[in-house]
Amino acid sequence: MVPIEHIMVFTGALFSIGVYGVMARRNAVLVLMAIELMLNAVAINLVAFGTLVYPGQINGMVFAIFVVTIAAAELGLGLAIVLRVYRMRSSINVDDINLMRW
Amino acid sequence: MGLSALAFYVVAGVTLVSALGVVVARSVVYAALLLILSLVMTGLIYLLLLADFLALIQILVYGGTVSILLLFALMLTPPETRPQLNHRGWALGAVSSGALFVLLLVASLADTWPAAGAVRHIGLVDLGRALFSTWAVPFEVASVVLLVALLGALTIARSTSPSSKIAPRASA
Repeated sequence: MVPIEHIMVFTGALFSIGVYGVMARRNAVLVLMAIELMLNAVAINLVAFGTLVYPGQINGMVFAIFVVTIAAAELGLGLAIVLRVYRMRSSINVDDINLMRW
Repeated sequence: MGLSALAFYVVAGVTLVSALGVVVARSVVYAALLLILSLVMTGLIYLLLLADFLALIQILVYGGTVSILLLFALMLTPPETRPQLNHRGWALGAVSSGALFVLLLVASLADTWPAAGAVRHIGLVDLGRALFSTWAVPFEVASVVLLVALLGALTIARSTSPSSKIAPRASA
């Protein structure tokens, strides 16, 4: 199997791509997609450590299951908020959404 | 290099390329389809890491539900007419994500970990036993979180009154 460092570099790259997507994209749905990429990178890292560094221990996999659960809940809520904002503002451009700015 | 290592590098490469496509694609539908590819490839990585149940979950939850949800959201919202990439955000995002990647690279190569020796496959029975004994309380909390998210999404997305749906759109 591959060394853990390679997996860490891979997940680091995936996480950085997600960060770039969150900061550069304007469409709120695409921002949510980039957040999903970041959550995925973290979950891969958890599973990789569980399997490669601590073989036989189950905690990494359990954590990854919780990450998937929370990601599903987050995405559902996020898309509901996006649809609501679109109905209120006729826009899902994150630059236009300054409802909570004072 | 073993066959599984080779498979990992190929799958990781496809995942990275499709993830990059998600954040730079001009069309939102292409971005969504590339995201689905990237998520399914993540499922393959779980399979290569001997987490077969998690691979199943990944493909069911992400490949099925999440992608359908995202495509519905893209269908209900308009395509962006202005350029997708924000100028200021583009430069800021490129610099900060590049810096973050370098930081993660240094951090992950700085320490040495024990070489991957004999990996052990963890069966579904062990996973279920752990979820319902050691992790029973977080598991139940996660179910409550899902319920609250479901109700919250319903409450937020539902229109409160017929007039509130039309008025802001006419004014905008």
